[in-house]
Amino acid sequence: MSTAVSERTPQSYKTDEHPIWCPGCGDFGVLDSLYKSLAGLSINPKDLVVVSGIGCSGRTPGFIKSYGFHSVHGRVLPVALGVKLANPELQVIGVGGDGDGFAIGGGHIPHAARRNPDFTYLIMDNSTYGLTKGQYSPTSQVGFQAGSTPYGNIEQPLNPIAMLIAYGATFVGQGYSGKPRELAELITKAIEHKGFAFLNVISPCITFYNTYKVIPPRLAEIPKDHDPADRAKAFALALQTDRIALGIFYQERRPTFEEGVAQTIAKAQAASRPRLEEIFSEFD
Amino acid sequence: MIDYVFRVGGEGGEGVISTGEMLTVALARSGFEIYTFRTYPAEIKGGHANYQVRASGKLLLSYGAAVDVLIAFNEEAYQKHIADVRPGGVVLYDADSFSPPATDSLIFYSVPMTSLATEKIGVKLTKNIVALGVCAQLFDIPLETFEVLLKEKFGRKGEMVVQKNLLALRVGADYIKQQTKRDLIRLGKGPRETKELILSGNEALALGAMAAGCRIYAGYPITPATDIMEFLAKELPKHGGYVVQTEDEISAVGVVLGASFAGKKAMTATSGPGFSLMTEMMGLAVASEIPAVIIDVQRVGPSTGMPTKTEQGDLYLACYGGHGNCPRIVMALTSVEDCFYGIIRAFNIAEQFQMPVVVLSDASLGHRKATVPVFDLARVPVVERRKPTPEELVSYKRYRYTPDHISPMSIPGMEGGGYVAEGLEHDEGGYPAASNHENHLRATKKRYGKFVQVESIANDLVRTYGDPHPEIGIISWGATEGVIREAVQMALDKGYSVGALHPKILYPQPLAKLRAFIEGPKAIIIPEVNYSGQFATLLRKRFAYDFVQLNKCIGLPFTPKEIFDKIEEVATHVHRGQRTHATKL
Repeated sequence: MSTAVSERTPQSYKTDEHPIWCPGCGDFGVLDSLYKSLAGLSINPKDLVVVSGIGCSGRTPGFIKSYGFHSVHGRVLPVALGVKLANPELQVIGVGGDGDGFAIGGGHIPHAARRNPDFTYLIMDNSTYGLTKGQYSPTSQVGFQAGSTPYGNIEQPLNPIAMLIAYGATFVGQGYSGKPRELAELITKAIEHKGFAFLNVISPCITFYNTYKVIPPRLAEIPKDHDPADRAKAFALALQTDRIALGIFYQERRPTFEEGVAQTIAKAQAASRPRLEEIFSEFD
Repeated sequence: MIDYVFRVGGEGGEGVISTGEMLTVALARSGFEIYTFRTYPAEIKGGHANYQVRASGKLLLSYGAAVDVLIAFNEEAYQKHIADVRPGGVVLYDADSFSPPATDSLIFYSVPMTSLATEKIGVKLTKNIVALGVCAQLFDIPLETFEVLLKEKFGRKGEMVVQKNLLALRVGADYIKQQTKRDLIRLGKGPRETKELILSGNEALALGAMAAGCRIYAGYPITPATDIMEFLAKELPKHGGYVVQTEDEISAVGVVLGASFAGKKAMTATSGPGFSLMTEMMGLAVASEIPAVIIDVQRVGPSTGMPTKTEQGDLYLACYGGHGNCPRIVMALTSVEDCFYGIIRAFNIAEQFQMPVVVLSDASLGHRKATVPVFDLARVPVVERRKPTPEELVSYKRYRYTPDHISPMSIPGMEGGGYVAEGLEHDEGGYPAASNHENHLRATKKRYGKFVQVESIANDLVRTYGDPHPEIGIISWGATEGVIREAVQMALDKGYSVGALHPKILYPQPLAKLRAFIEGPKAIIIPEVNYSGQFATLLRKRFAYDFVQLNKCIGLPFTPKEIFDKIEEVATHVHRGQRTHATKL
């Protein structure tokens, strides 16, 4: 096995399927970082499940040598939860976009955060709907002119980091597709985190909302002295939206959903482990 | 032959349902066959509730017609149900609550249930136990049966509570001893010697799911399906499984599909409003070929409708809900016993054909209790999905075209089995082929190729009864089976030539059996507990036949008499050479 492990390179996770993304799309950077991180952790492809929804990001499972589930719009988190529930040993990574995750699938986020299943949820945030050719999304800036906002977006963008800290996610981080080395490190930390790890990755859409010029000047490192265990400080940091801080905002170790399930099963079985026929007799 | 109908009525929250349930179990344990019906308000406290128990020495197929004994806790119960009490029937009422007008056609027993409970026991809530004591004494149901039941029911609340309830039982029995018995109703010991189970449709269904190997349940609370989730939440962990209560019904099916994809048998149960939300995920299960079982315990719709009342209104949604050409299997459960075996069959079909199976139950079936023979785990052998062999895992293609259209399904963790479960149109390997026109046709044919094979199973799961060459035919589905069997028997006894056909799988339809059946009768009635005649509509698409609809749409199941009356009407028309018209009850 040890030779097989050493053979795992970023290249070995690539499939024959070529990404459908536009040249220059931020998602290429995210995918490369993901390959790098998987290789670094030497995750066995047979034990990896990549779950996605719909949108440009939704095609990701097809580009990673593993098991995958390209589900429907917004439903990454329920499907990923089902996979983990069935087999907690699997390494599960959910991927989605800002529309998939925060708009149509937004109702699932608080519940994933509070349940704390042990998987990673990676959002490729381009602040637009790329696959439907450019409409405003939940993270678009006010004034953004797009197909459905010809006079400019009037809605306040939501703050993914603050939202996830508020909902009780146990790992909240932010990365940028243009910094693939740092992003790979961040993804590795998210995968290594025991619990629900949320990563918002700014990943510009070169075709419909080209932010390659406006993003980099706003980028900032999370201060070295920031304590990710301090939830209030993490929240305060998340509210500083004039800059885009990269790194881990918040991290805590809390019992995972799977640990709770295992405890429940142990508790129930300690009390009784009846055969089905014995349960029948409760009804006579 | 003993065959009595008891009905308990009163305000929701004052023990109507528990009185009915204790009477049910006591009579079942005394050796009678039982068939119950309950209706309760959508509110938790207040509103009218009633519970009907039919007990007989013979197998029961319906909740019966006329009431033999009405136990009225208040005047509203009396007013609502008095018309259903047969001439010479018994009315047992709480004299502290009201006094019914005197009439010679009924036998009244006046019992001050509330004051006996308050003065002799000191707990007003025990008045329903007082009523049970009266019933035990008056109708010769062994008092010990109730005593054992009360100990079981209240044992964990402490000895004091048990003693108070036992006292209430005796107070009721002693009180009625002072009155002369004026009726002839005596039950004593029933003829059945063997042990049977007494349980509800929902309970049988949950047990059936466990027998089928279901280990993961995801669901959202909704009347009248919630008790399936609650039962499994208690029992599944004992078998290494788990119930997750999701944030909505979309998520529930999402968890089911994720779990099934990862190799575990999983299901969800809901009612109409939740089922509407699930159509999105049903399409995904069809496209990605993932086994899934979705239970719909139907209630009155549209929208929120009448949450606690029954209807067969979701058949269109079950068969056609969702976009695209989307074949799924639709089954309907017919009896409490069938809830157990039917769910095992549903899992088997889902596993064998790797597609979603929708199982229709309804409020009347889910919440009624019946005595059934102890379940036989060997009767419906459990089927598992086809998994790839080591040879098939070399250059594995998840959606490989095969002669029977079923492709071996790998499970995460299998070396060489990696693939993407796809909602996009895809090729054999699971690769998106969203612009390949010919591939779409081939993939669609693959999915329908699986679907049409279920037709032969559907033909095996058809029940026919009555005259094998009937003049009047009946085609029915779901929980109406028992009541129709009873009506058919009534009609046969009166000399009518009637026969019925009752399929368990409704989509795909058992066409061979239907075709053969339809050729014979001069008229065919399709009774349904809905307004528009959903099954009749589906059948008209297949057969150019002028079916006679009988529709009931008041949130209650049919009575045998309603079916019988229609048979008689149609028979009369047929004999006169007239056309018969549809009836809406």
